[in-house]
Amino acid sequence: MLTVATGNKAVAAAVKEVRPQVIAAYPITPQTEIVEQIAEYVASGELDSRYIPVESEHSAMAACIGAGITGARTFTATSSHGLLYMHEMVNWAAGARLPIVMANVNRAIGPGWNVWAEHTDAFQERDTGWLQVYVSTVQEAYDATIMAFRIAEHEDVLLPVMVNLDGFLLSHSMQSLETITPGSFVPPLHLPHAIDISNPAGYGTLTGPDEHFRFRWEIEQSMRKSVRVIAETEQDFAERFGRNYGVAEEYRYEDADVVVIAMGTLGKEAEVAVDLLRNEGVNAGSLRIRWLRPFPELDLSGRDIVVIDRDYSFGFGGILAHSLMARSRIEPYSVIAGLGGQEVTFDDIAGFVRDRKPGREFWFGVNGNV
Amino acid sequence: MTEIPKEEYVLKCTSACAGCPSSLILRYVLKAAGPDTVLVVPACCTSVIQGIFPSTALNVPVYNVAFAAAAACASGMSEALQKAGKKTNVIVYAGDGGTVDIGIQALSGAFERETDFLYICYDNEAYGNTGMQRSGSTPVGARTTTTPGGKIHAKKDLDAIVAAHNPPYLATACAAYPQDLFKKVVKALSLRGSKFIHVLAPCPPGWRFSSEMTIEMGKLAVKSGMWILYEREFGKVTINGPSKAAMIKPVPLEEYLSGQGRFKGIDRKAFDALKSQAQLRAEHLKKEADGLC
Repeated sequence: MLTVATGNKAVAAAVKEVRPQVIAAYPITPQTEIVEQIAEYVASGELDSRYIPVESEHSAMAACIGAGITGARTFTATSSHGLLYMHEMVNWAAGARLPIVMANVNRAIGPGWNVWAEHTDAFQERDTGWLQVYVSTVQEAYDATIMAFRIAEHEDVLLPVMVNLDGFLLSHSMQSLETITPGSFVPPLHLPHAIDISNPAGYGTLTGPDEHFRFRWEIEQSMRKSVRVIAETEQDFAERFGRNYGVAEEYRYEDADVVVIAMGTLGKEAEVAVDLLRNEGVNAGSLRIRWLRPFPELDLSGRDIVVIDRDYSFGFGGILAHSLMARSRIEPYSVIAGLGGQEVTFDDIAGFVRDRKPGREFWFGVNGNV
Repeated sequence: MTEIPKEEYVLKCTSACAGCPSSLILRYVLKAAGPDTVLVVPACCTSVIQGIFPSTALNVPVYNVAFAAAAACASGMSEALQKAGKKTNVIVYAGDGGTVDIGIQALSGAFERETDFLYICYDNEAYGNTGMQRSGSTPVGARTTTTPGGKIHAKKDLDAIVAAHNPPYLATACAAYPQDLFKKVVKALSLRGSKFIHVLAPCPPGWRFSSEMTIEMGKLAVKSGMWILYEREFGKVTINGPSKAAMIKPVPLEEYLSGQGRFKGIDRKAFDALKSQAQLRAEHLKKEADGLC
């Protein structure tokens, strides 16, 4: 069905289609619309889930964990401080091998209070064992949420998945949305280690170094296997529903001499900048990284690269830029832009490309105006 | 006399200290609950007592979870089991640290939402698992590793906090009275909603008394009036037999304190504070039981 929705409403609509047994969530700007809409679905009977209005995000994830270990499909949504407040349980969810799906509406971290888009919140969770996907349109928020359940619950993965959408820029933007009926695309969850009263077991008991090490290695193996599961899931989705994604979305990329790499809505904005630059005769292309974990293997050799980070690791640099430097052995022009909702237009992005200085880091709006 | 099942759910070879009240309490809790039970355990002595992976000394499924998360984890578990049409008991078994301090927010949330579960706090009045540091539940005057001169603040009134949530059932119990504990667990599990049992757990290494004295110490706690056995059913308070007797003729407080190294050298001020707090608690409960407040 073709409709119009915000990013938040699209996530809620996707959750309605996959019908988690338990949803536990705590409201936070700019995620609130997701939990409100889900509460509405549950109240109206459109969604037959148990909705637990918890008293904190730490409890939201704890409740998803408690529900999840019984074999139930679970969902939560958060943002920024909420995500950081549940950090302990974010780790726990992955360590417990629970395929929880969480929408995170990317937002800056205080102080001071800032409710606008930034990726540093979710980037701080990158080492927890969660798969992380970043979306750029309302349709993609919807599709990625549905796919997240199938990927998380795949027997070769059994790890939680975080769907990230930019605060306000996407969470509150109205765009067209084609809803689907997933049907057999998302099969029922079978959790092999679910609690079984007839076979009592201890979960998360004291664990020595050898076993701990093995469990961590198993998470890493599943993370590596998830690359294939993501590809298969996205391919099946494309065949059934006609929309294709991939670990990274290329735009006029093949013959590009200079490539802008960004995530989320900035990745889409970069496409407009590419058109602008092409009209000027600059052979530009763009690449929107979708999956932060597992981090993609990309061959970026032989081109100039401009990486835009809507995040920062103090004392280190742009996290995306440095991840690409390590993985793809490139020397990009690293632009830090869009923190705390700073406006970054296609004109600005075209400027980053024109004025690029490979190997240098540039803070947009601070180190001078482009 | 209550018939207590012979089935054991706390198996041999736990890692508990000699004379441990926690494993004793859990033994009777699980006998009362039976096999269709899931235990949720936050960081506490029971995290250790149940044994080391891949072994477990507990014969029901146990979900170990982060320190602050027990009641919230149980919320999710309870809802999911209900959704699946199961009647499995969900029981949180948590120490005083995980209840009165770091876990109180999740506890309050779960009780406000009327989560269908039983929360049991076994209270040894300090952070036992990490080596007896003070908790909000440590009584005034008690020496712990972080109150080497004796605690200057009073024990937090956990029961009053829980009672403020108007649960259908709230009770206190003591490791030294297992029959009483058993009956209370059975009664709690027969009711829907959020139930709470606060169990005193006299801890030999923590309180510094000899390990064969656990039961004796628990009895002295009740007989001296320092620990009052009572039930609050839908708001109505009933003081249980041993505490009724103690209210008429209490054992001197000195007898309870003198057997414990943690109260060695307690000063007059702390002693008086302990005594007056116990008296106030008893008077208030008595008034409630008599329907006077």
